[in-house]
Amino acid sequence: MNHIEKQLSAAPRQQFYIATIAGIIAVLFIWSFTAVNFNDIEQSGLKIARNIVYGLTHPDTALLFNVTKQSVLYLLVETVAIAFLGTVVGAVLAVPLAFLAASNVVPKPVAWITRLLLIAIRTIPALVYGLIFIRVTGPGPFAGVLTVGLTSIGMLAKLYMDAIEELDTRVLESMKSIGCTTFEKIRFGIVPQLLSVFLSVMIYRFDMNMREASILGLVGAGGIGAPLIFAMRSYKWDQVGSILIGLVVLILIIEFVSGKLRSKLVKG
Amino acid sequence: MWDKLFPPKPIALANGKVVLQKRSRVPLIVLILIVCTVASARFTGFSFQVLWKRMHEFFTLFRAMIPPDWGSLADIWQPLLDTIKMSLLGSMIGALLALPVAVAASANIVQSRAIVAVSKTVLSLLRTLPTLVSALIATFVFGLGPMAGTVAIMLFTIAYVGKLLYEQIENVDMGAFEAMESIGMTRIEAFRFAIIPQVLPGYISTSLYCFEGNVRYAAILGYVGAGGIGLLINEGLGWRDYPAVGMIILVLIVTVTIIESVSEHFRRKLI
Repeated sequence: MNHIEKQLSAAPRQQFYIATIAGIIAVLFIWSFTAVNFNDIEQSGLKIARNIVYGLTHPDTALLFNVTKQSVLYLLVETVAIAFLGTVVGAVLAVPLAFLAASNVVPKPVAWITRLLLIAIRTIPALVYGLIFIRVTGPGPFAGVLTVGLTSIGMLAKLYMDAIEELDTRVLESMKSIGCTTFEKIRFGIVPQLLSVFLSVMIYRFDMNMREASILGLVGAGGIGAPLIFAMRSYKWDQVGSILIGLVVLILIIEFVSGKLRSKLVKG
Repeated sequence: MWDKLFPPKPIALANGKVVLQKRSRVPLIVLILIVCTVASARFTGFSFQVLWKRMHEFFTLFRAMIPPDWGSLADIWQPLLDTIKMSLLGSMIGALLALPVAVAASANIVQSRAIVAVSKTVLSLLRTLPTLVSALIATFVFGLGPMAGTVAIMLFTIAYVGKLLYEQIENVDMGAFEAMESIGMTRIEAFRFAIIPQVLPGYISTSLYCFEGNVRYAAILGYVGAGGIGLLINEGLGWRDYPAVGMIILVLIVTVTIIESVSEHFRRKLI
């Protein structure tokens, strides 16, 4: 047995572990198939699919390019406004929660309770918040803003918290040793460390909120979702096509710009 | 542009040397942000007055959900299991289908530029389509029920896992691949033994993470009739049966937390 063979036989044997995991996954796969009923597929499905594809490739250009209140452009601007304001609201509200959840700022129990609260906020689906906020403000984009803001808090606070916990405290100690006041320590020691991370997280969340805001219309919380679902329910696939094209183009543009901004922020 | 409008400030150092300090761009950025915020507030009809007067309504609704209606638990099990099955099946099939698409989209493996460009475009188009919209389209094609939800989740998983996977494949160390090719392996063999071991942990971890998110998405897909627990939430809110909704949300939080901690355990093991 030469050296190479010895090395080969010394490799850890994990066949049993891998086989167990593979078995579990196979069982889960088969089990989950019981939920799907292939007999449900309607005969007209193929025809509808063809209509959809035809509508998507032949969009209603009149709807896409005019500038009335029902046009795609107006609705897209409304969607962006909901996402933007929602992100701002969420970002502002997330800051105190993030400090309350950071274990190097507050005592452990407080941090724990705040984290549980954040998990609860994150788990409730956005549409549920949407339906609740509609009772508060009435249907319209305002409800959308509040929904987007509240759903953003969960993730924003979590990522803020990570940044706060990774704060470099040596900077603060050296500032203290040369006689800086508390305000100066916060202004020149803490803010520069956190600001770029916070902004980068915010931009990322704005990107996600665009998607969130575009579906909130389904429950009547403003944005482009409502016209989209009405067009679908009435089988106007050419209108669906023009709305979807506008939405996809907008999301791609925002994704591109936010990616650029974020890489600029990270590189400084 | 900014430097021309506001010329840099010269500072004379003690040794007589003059350095230029660039003017801060913060005021400009703050101004843009404020303008955008005010414009958005106008556009969406944001008003603190309404918020102040009606906010208690929000908490009233939440208080109506507590205590949750334990009696409705029996009706929740089936849709909850459906939701988990939908996201499990969709994530598994999606993750498997993402493999070939991601390989076709990696510029360092596939030599044809056209195939790479087409695959990348398809992936980013799929990713921008909100899951709820694809679920809605799927209900028209596959009828109401979990099938439509599964298809929607599958499409999203392909796009998400596919994108992260092709980024990984493109950043892989190509040395081993080239060495294996040079000793006479075919490209497929070299891919199997040089690339796959490098990307496999990342791929599995991404798939698990995607599955976590999918459980959460699947919970709302029922809203458009694509099966699962969303339908119950919608009904409960419609009938103002808030204790039942509270029960659903409680069950959802527990389920999502369990799934998240299991998947986090395995992801940590992978990396």
